[in-house]
Amino acid sequence: MPAPCTPSQTVGPFFSIGLDHLNRANLAEGSVGERFAIRGRVLDGDGEPVPDAIVEIWHADAAGHYHHPEHVSPPSEATSFLGFGRIPTDERGQFSFTTIKPGPVHGPDGKPQAPHLQISIFMRGLLKRLMTRIYFPDEPLNASDPVLQVVPELRRDTLIARPTKQDENTLEWNVCLQGERETVFFDC
Amino acid sequence: MKPLLGYRKPAPGTQPSYLYPPYVSSIKRAPKQPLISIPVTLSEITGPTFLKEIASPTAFDLTRQHKGEPLGERIAVSGRVVDEDGRPVQNTLIEIWQANAAGRYLHKNDQHNAPLDPNFTGEGRTSTDDDGRYRFITVRPGAYPWKNHYNAWRPQHIHFSLFGPAFATRLVTQMYFPGDPLLEFDPIFHSVPDEAARRRLISSFDWLSTQPDLSLGFRFDIVLRGRNATPMER
Ligand SMILES: [Fe+3]
Repeated sequence: MPAPCTPSQTVGPFFSIGLDHLNRANLAEGSVGERFAIRGRVLDGDGEPVPDAIVEIWHADAAGHYHHPEHVSPPSEATSFLGFGRIPTDERGQFSFTTIKPGPVHGPDGKPQAPHLQISIFMRGLLKRLMTRIYFPDEPLNASDPVLQVVPELRRDTLIARPTKQDENTLEWNVCLQGERETVFFDC
Repeated sequence: MKPLLGYRKPAPGTQPSYLYPPYVSSIKRAPKQPLISIPVTLSEITGPTFLKEIASPTAFDLTRQHKGEPLGERIAVSGRVVDEDGRPVQNTLIEIWQANAAGRYLHKNDQHNAPLDPNFTGEGRTSTDDDGRYRFITVRPGAYPWKNHYNAWRPQHIHFSLFGPAFATRLVTQMYFPGDPLLEFDPIFHSVPDEAARRRLISSFDWLSTQPDLSLGFRFDIVLRGRNATPMER
């Protein structure tokens, strides 16, 4: 009889004592690839900013390779790209980070997935983490991405970062926990 | 190409739902739409693997991070991290954080009128060994009040954060203490519907890791999601 998985519990309001050590808002350092920034806000069911969330990021390098033993394709460029970031939101519910654009990772059927970032979100009030993804605008592979395909068309744009007026390498991606524009969250 | 093995979904009732109204903060923060189930891809079965150096050799001992010793009952918390098939989860990072013995966090938002301890920060890190074992030295955290409902008190607890081998295995949880009378009234503990699953959040007093004239031992074993036996059919 296998032991079932330990239940999740909320991070509560005071996670920054224990989790600050791994805060990392610049994932791009020391690696090759097209640099870009993502900024956004986390909003609750009243549209109020969430000042006590943490956003964690996991993604592949510019060649679509994950720094992980189960990704057996030969690592490209031999960069030191680790692919992990962690950022708390500020008093206005805002977060921002800099990284490189990941290359396409192959999907379950061997066809490429569109470039994407894996996102975990934690906060007081969340009894378990939320999982989602950030995709890129104007990316031809979005049309055939195996994960975007299972998302109802009307909600897909909640997963796609938007260009900003600031500059072409700064994108905006907001998290709405509830409401008309509720972000799509995944179960995997 | 080798088929990808995903991770098993938790058994029904063993994990909290996002919405649990007795935990008031969940009401405006739980998503209202159902989660969308996605196919297994490399992105979910890979995840950050940290260098051992992140957990410096002294970061496991929360009683030695300052000039003096913190106040409170010194305890050792140890256990094993395994997956649902009983396999050890090796070399995985564990981060913990907690209140001091008086029930106060070293955090700007903690308004509880209890003293801070200049010799206690309340955070620690370590990584599991080849057998999945870990150990922390700390002091027993105090219970503390919160604003969820009238006369609300959190039972004594230590927050745990683990990565495991994959994005899919990430877990943040809380460890409680055996016999704590506040558990009965705590909505966060009770957000887990299944009673047996809930009980796995409670550590046990451990005579074997109790050291004479030094510290009481508590054992807290953690189980992360196990692997699917066969590739998911699509
Ligand atoms: Fe707490």
